[in-house]
Amino acid sequence: MESVKRVTGRMLPLDRADVDTDQIIPKQFLKRIERTGFGPFLFYDWRQAEDFVLNKPEHDGATVLVTGANFGCGSSREHAPWAIRDAGFRAIVAPTYADIFKANCYKTGLLAVTLPDSQVRHLIDLASEDPSAQVTVDLEKQEVRGDGFAYRFEIDAFARENMLGGLDEIGLVERHQSSISTYEAHRSAWLPAVK
Amino acid sequence: MPSTLGQKLWDSHVVRTAPGEPDLLYVDLHLVHEVTSPQAFEGLRLAGRHVRRPELTLATMDHNVPTRGGARAADDLSRKQMEVLAENCRREGIPLHQIGSRRQGIVHVIGPELGLTQPGMLIVCGDSHTSTHGAFGALAFGIGTSEVELVLATQCLPQTRARDLAVTVEGELPLGVTAKDVVLGLIGRTGISFGQGHLVEYRGSTMRGLSMEGRMTVCNMSIEWGAKAGMVSPDDTTYAYLERRPHAPRGAAWDAALDHWRSLATDADAVFDHEIQLDATKLEPHVTWGTNPGQVAPVTGRVPEPLTDTDVRALRYMDLRPGTALADIAIDRVFIGSCTNARLEDLRAASKVIAGKHVHPKVRAMVVPGSATVKRAAEDEGLDAIFKAAGFEWRNAGCSMCLGMNPDILAPGERCASTSNRNFEGRQGAGGRTHLMSPPMAAAAAVTGHLVDVRELL
Repeated sequence: MESVKRVTGRMLPLDRADVDTDQIIPKQFLKRIERTGFGPFLFYDWRQAEDFVLNKPEHDGATVLVTGANFGCGSSREHAPWAIRDAGFRAIVAPTYADIFKANCYKTGLLAVTLPDSQVRHLIDLASEDPSAQVTVDLEKQEVRGDGFAYRFEIDAFARENMLGGLDEIGLVERHQSSISTYEAHRSAWLPAVK
Repeated sequence: MPSTLGQKLWDSHVVRTAPGEPDLLYVDLHLVHEVTSPQAFEGLRLAGRHVRRPELTLATMDHNVPTRGGARAADDLSRKQMEVLAENCRREGIPLHQIGSRRQGIVHVIGPELGLTQPGMLIVCGDSHTSTHGAFGALAFGIGTSEVELVLATQCLPQTRARDLAVTVEGELPLGVTAKDVVLGLIGRTGISFGQGHLVEYRGSTMRGLSMEGRMTVCNMSIEWGAKAGMVSPDDTTYAYLERRPHAPRGAAWDAALDHWRSLATDADAVFDHEIQLDATKLEPHVTWGTNPGQVAPVTGRVPEPLTDTDVRALRYMDLRPGTALADIAIDRVFIGSCTNARLEDLRAASKVIAGKHVHPKVRAMVVPGSATVKRAAEDEGLDAIFKAAGFEWRNAGCSMCLGMNPDILAPGERCASTSNRNFEGRQGAGGRTHLMSPPMAAAAAVTGHLVDVRELL
């Protein structure tokens, strides 16, 4: 994973709550066997409506997706953060996320941060009124800041370290080889094996 | 210290714990399917890694398999995904139940029926409905593809400890009310995100009275209210289901396992972070009216006035007006299937409603058994004949129209009575409209041509 320290850019205000991963990337696009190439299909069905926010030219090139609570609920498909990243976004700001989606974002190096409703509301209103407004999502300082505001966010310390360092999580776990082997040696004999 | 079932399961899988770090947990069973695994295997290959414990890994083809015509009927990309899974399994020595084989089926149906899902285990899969396996008193949850790669490589998963939530369901279920109505009724009360970050234990006399199939239906939909995992303490119902299944322990091993399983129940004085009570005796058959599983009501009710922007959008998408009686909503399609409700007991319950009746002339109805094993068992007792005589299509096993990755999809604007788990926009096909309900309710809708209170047909 690439190291992620901060993201500065314009925002895409997606003012909806409970956006599920079937909307983020519909199932007909899950048939690729690569991790890339999902960007054109981001919010595919919603994009069919001309006035959908992602179709608005004033938001072209936005890198920070700002959206409602419980973002990414439903299917565990990691294709959802892949599609968001592939479409050029590097950070998401929302009041809450579904658990699996948030974990998938961290693995993908997509900076998913959480702010209270009122601060997310401010960002959505700001981006809607002034699409050129810039924000910085700063993982080192744990803040989202822009012209005249700086909002502190909390994030899982371990996920933060991994993203800042661009660490290979498998490599980290492999360092604990001896603990894993010790655990395995003590597993109950009656536990099933498939073969 | 008194402990909950969830924390006992967690504690017994900790490989390593360190301050400021997530616990490193050991995975007893890793289930794999064709859609969320190709990139994980590719990642392993690029890094020169191999699968650490292929014998603790089981693969099946379910998400995109056609339910008639075999692999030939699949589109090129789906067939490619199946071929890639077969090749990955061959290379890494992972047992695979491929399309057309005797034990193929939906990953959350075959694990339990093979006896691989047992109490006390930690089970993961790149699929959010992995919570199903919690019905056996296992800790089971869905993971993303990067985590699939991590588990393939190390058999471990770093996880931040989750909180405990108890859902206590008490009382006898009224006639016509099923496990599906328990969980839909619950989600109607809690909304679709209340469970976030929690291990949910479903308890109380209603849960004790449910069969393993019913418990699986409830645990399956834990993710639909955001829970990390859902589980039921193992008991004699669990043990009776498991005994003599192909992978269940035998002889002295069975006795040793049983001793352990009996120690898993939540201690009497253990404390949960949250508790929710549900009175089963007041439940009615439920149907969803909106585009998430929390937008749900008893079938005797009406489409509600929208309270939020999400409700307004949902009603527009579903083409419904507030005040319409739910039982007046006409349907075009019926889908009886999915990891939520396609086990033998589900098919039996649906068949009882349609026996001697016929599918409404304007409705197209299909049954997709959860596994090849379920299909054979249903045929052995003549259920296929009942469905076919009533005008249902009787298909091969797979996820099918629950998520519409295979050819089984709704046309735009079609309205479906479905026993699946998600009524999201476009879930069963772009522009399709889904109403979630129990198998008997879906069967009743098939014969009447509209949403209907199944109790009128019993």
